[in-house]
Amino acid sequence: MSAETWYALFGRIDAKAFPFVRAWNNPTVSEFIGAFAGALVVVGAVALLSLMTWMRWWRPLFRDWLTSLDHKKIGIMYIVLAGVMLSRALVEAVLMRAQQSLAVNAPGIVAPEHFAQLFSTHGTIMIFFMAMPFLTGLFNYVVPLQIGARDVAFPLLNSISLMLTAGGAGLVMVSLAIGEFSTGGWSGYPPFTETAFQPGVGPDYWIWAITLSSLGTTLSGLNFAATIYKKRCPGLHLMRMPLFSWTALCTSILMIFAMPPLTLATAMLALDRYLGFHFFTNELGGNVMNYVNLFWLFGHPEVYILILPAFGVYSEVISAFSSKELYGYTSLVVATMVIGVLSFTVWLHHFFTMGQSADVNAAFGIATMTIAVPTGVKIYDWIWTMFRGEVRFTAPMLFSLAFIMTFVLGGLTGILLAIPPIDYMVHNTVFLVAHFHNMLIPGLLYGMIAGYMYWFPKAFGFRLSERWGKIAFACWLTGFYLAFMPLYVLGLAGMTRRSQALFEPDFRPWLLTAIVGALLLFGGLVSLFVQLWVSVRDREQNRVPIGDPWDARSLEWSIPAPPPEYNFALIPQVDRLDAFYWLKEREQAYTPAGPYSDIAMPKNSWVGPIVGLTATACAFGLVWHIWWMTILGFVALWAAVIARSFVRDTHRTIPAAEVAADDRRWREAAGATEGVPRQLEVTPANRGLAKIFPSEVTA
Amino acid sequence: MSSPQLRHVGLNLVGADALEPGEAETDLYGFWIFLMSDAVLFALLFAIYGTQLAATANAPGPEAEFKLGSAFVETLILLTSSLTFGLAAIAMKYDHTRKGLVVLLCVTLALGLGFLALEVQDFATMFAHGATPDRSGFLSAFFALVPTHGLHVTAGCIWIVVMLAQIAAFGLDARVKLNLLKLGLFWHLLDIVWIAIFSVVYLQGTLG
Amino acid sequence: MLLGLGGCGILDHGFLSAAGPVADETRSLFLLVCFILLFVAGPVLLLTPIFAWHYRLANTESAYRPQWGFNWPLEGLIWIPPTAIVVLLAVFLWRDTHRLDPYRPLASLQAPVEVQAVALDWKWLFIYPDEGVASVDELVFPADRPVHLSLTSGTVMQSFFVPRLGGQIYAMAGMTTQLNLAASEPGRFLGENTQFNGIGFQNQKFAVLAQSTEGYATWLAEVRASGGILDRDAFKALSARATQTEPLRFGAVAPGLFQTVLSLDTTGPHAGHSQGHR
Repeated sequence: MSAETWYALFGRIDAKAFPFVRAWNNPTVSEFIGAFAGALVVVGAVALLSLMTWMRWWRPLFRDWLTSLDHKKIGIMYIVLAGVMLSRALVEAVLMRAQQSLAVNAPGIVAPEHFAQLFSTHGTIMIFFMAMPFLTGLFNYVVPLQIGARDVAFPLLNSISLMLTAGGAGLVMVSLAIGEFSTGGWSGYPPFTETAFQPGVGPDYWIWAITLSSLGTTLSGLNFAATIYKKRCPGLHLMRMPLFSWTALCTSILMIFAMPPLTLATAMLALDRYLGFHFFTNELGGNVMNYVNLFWLFGHPEVYILILPAFGVYSEVISAFSSKELYGYTSLVVATMVIGVLSFTVWLHHFFTMGQSADVNAAFGIATMTIAVPTGVKIYDWIWTMFRGEVRFTAPMLFSLAFIMTFVLGGLTGILLAIPPIDYMVHNTVFLVAHFHNMLIPGLLYGMIAGYMYWFPKAFGFRLSERWGKIAFACWLTGFYLAFMPLYVLGLAGMTRRSQALFEPDFRPWLLTAIVGALLLFGGLVSLFVQLWVSVRDREQNRVPIGDPWDARSLEWSIPAPPPEYNFALIPQVDRLDAFYWLKEREQAYTPAGPYSDIAMPKNSWVGPIVGLTATACAFGLVWHIWWMTILGFVALWAAVIARSFVRDTHRTIPAAEVAADDRRWREAAGATEGVPRQLEVTPANRGLAKIFPSEVTA
Repeated sequence: MSSPQLRHVGLNLVGADALEPGEAETDLYGFWIFLMSDAVLFALLFAIYGTQLAATANAPGPEAEFKLGSAFVETLILLTSSLTFGLAAIAMKYDHTRKGLVVLLCVTLALGLGFLALEVQDFATMFAHGATPDRSGFLSAFFALVPTHGLHVTAGCIWIVVMLAQIAAFGLDARVKLNLLKLGLFWHLLDIVWIAIFSVVYLQGTLG
Repeated sequence: MLLGLGGCGILDHGFLSAAGPVADETRSLFLLVCFILLFVAGPVLLLTPIFAWHYRLANTESAYRPQWGFNWPLEGLIWIPPTAIVVLLAVFLWRDTHRLDPYRPLASLQAPVEVQAVALDWKWLFIYPDEGVASVDELVFPADRPVHLSLTSGTVMQSFFVPRLGGQIYAMAGMTTQLNLAASEPGRFLGENTQFNGIGFQNQKFAVLAQSTEGYATWLAEVRASGGILDRDAFKALSARATQTEPLRFGAVAPGLFQTVLSLDTTGPHAGHSQGHR
């Protein structure tokens, strides 16, 4: 085959694109690790496909999941995606920690180029393909239930968002087996990511993976803002909305306004790389400062996109497991929205060291510290929620308590970093790395895990193993401290981030401590999987069919577990905050109801998977310069969207009789079930019906 | 679907509407949000353009390359197309024969295509002078901002064609009406963005 | 933090073991802020475990008020003290951001040593315009005079950092940034680039030597005697992406080389930017 034909068909792909060939040509530990990872992707994919075929799961997979427009299933798929990506990125983290602990005046196991890819994929995945899918998944599952809606505002768009995000994640996974990833870090600063310095496919993988993710996220934000503004059930005024839905609203608004700068920054970088534009190059009037500003104009609100949903989870969890209404609901709402607004005013603190005037730096430093006020208010609101409550130390609650105490430390180092002169001393060091992990592990991951454990019984109808939940908690907590406290110290000692090798023997004990921590964190991940396995195995004895295992307060607990496809047989009417709890106290939560009517639900659609697939093909073609694939993908994508606009038969009706029968059966079951007291809520006695708490006890 | 029975002040679906007002409201609201996100994108493109004004790197600059006359004609065409779209929206509401609507949509489409043709001609002239985006940061910014608007107009034109096909296929059912309203919002936004481009890019570039 | 204050040798490598006025003042600020922050963290770290434990379900002695969810005095207690602390910190922040502005000349009886620093892959070039010499990966100056650095990059963005002397500043192609440093007494310090810039990044360290006046004069004489001329060709060779194992010295420098580097790829490209930035 001539070189031209090859290029026309396969673009830039050649033998060296495959890590196996690279490992054959250059047999080093580093290349073997790369080849092993590539092999894992290939073998994993083949194994999965074979299993699917063997078990005849293809049809159910597409029928029940991939083409489904049910927000609950889409939510679960998002969280599965997050779990897969978390596993990869955490393994990468362990590998990096291992490298640094071995590479004090020694070569270690990972070559510099490989190390750079590791920190780039680790960051990119954790932000865009772990955190974002996780929180979007929780939104998807919980928000419509909390606001008494049958679905999101735009169910098809929701499926498209998921598939775009999954496509981006797919690209990052493919880069393990074909080609390489960017070495420019998760922020991809040019000119280092320009063709002059990285002519290969690495930054292109990064650009297009991020682009797919950011488009998906923008659409999700749009969808949830419209859902929360327009689909709340009658009587559910904004100020009666549960806190998690409030944080979802705030996050959605942030997504709508913060994602365009990222989309633009990566698009401009792509124009530089593909068409020779000069936005961020060193020559001909390019200006890296534009990129840095655009990126952090997205990047800082992004921090709150990540953290606010976890704040929402904590608000729900702490209130439920203290059997108390949330202290300072109004303050929490105000604080959330204030954080949302302020998050757009502080982006410059990511580059105090760029040489702005002291006035500019000081102004942004003060704006940054201002965010500490609403955040502090939130912390105190949660603490006072426990005051005069009945606190139970379940796994989600333990994560919440650990969050409060750990997050405060991260907040303190955040204040230190907000002060420009101090930032000059620790910027780009592992102090900074420790700081943002100290914010994001408690402020995001603990929250997501707590939310997952808290709502799992709602989604699947049985509780997760409490024992393994606590083991996981112990690992995540101790692992965090051991892994990141040493980095604070190392950062104060001037150790730069992203170092593949180190030359200071004094660093070694601290790096060894950190690798122990990283291994414990990995143990935390494994414990989560074990917990899932054990819980599925023992599911029969842990079922909570009535749907309210935690004696919680908001509407999602007022329906069966798992909920029916249409969520609410009858759209609830709400007249106060925590209306479901109020009904429970009056023993009216499960009384007979009616009349029932027909319910129209969206039919399944292939458009989501097709858009995801064609967009990914388009992006893959762009990465490798396989132009026919790019054009084909692009045209097919829009053809699918346009064809869909001609489809009129998009809903199917669930007859009232069917709805009524299911609902009556559930209400009768509730009547026949013994309510469980809080002391026994983590035992098999818990069938999802709460025994009413005495309303007040004086000490 | 039992959504709250709200009405949207911007929504005017008088007559036989199978669609519930609540759903129409949600749809339009979502589209407004999309437009806002799009507006942020344009705002940033303008900001980038502003920072790159001086970065001409000895390549052709605004004075040499911008033709105010041509830009002015493009402006007139695009503004007229907004007018015809507005008339089309009125025709959709009052004229039950659909003929006025279809004719006005076709006129809008023709004006949109005319605008694109003139714009492409301008770009071709610039390319012929060697004013290509790989010559300087300034030209890069120009060729990011103005063609992004052009691509939006192209998308709008395709959308008009799709809507004409849908009118042929479904008549004026509620969903077609709603999509036409969304298309109208989109088309008018492009007009507003163009006015900003005309002022910031062309007027400032040639007169300022 | 607590681990750090435990006092191990490790902190001798960073600004907490300050060897110059900038690092020293930053350290004072750092300790002051840490002290203030104790009042932020303290209540949270105390109240959380106390409340959680005291109000645990098993404790039947504790009060239970499920409907209690708002209290004006408590709201004041929650909002006002954090605001006050932030206002207090803002005052220090404003003062010290100006006082420790890297562009601000350091107080000294003697004129600062002018050094032009060029970030390269993966090395630093230091040009002494007043002396007409240059060195690579070796920044030398007399301990009794401050240094005024003008920085740019001949490649991707980098960040110049000497932890024990003072803070960082970015070096970017086509633009100049500035940094003022000084050492309290003669000594040898580690300098580094902290912004990742490729496979040689981890090796991009350089020696910073604060000399006695005589030592500095001797060093200058040695450099002059070492020969080697840094002209455009030599600079081009130096720009090759490679790690520098040993420091290099140039006895003579083509005049205006720094300006040439600033506008290296120019046929005028950065004309707009180099002015616009500060």
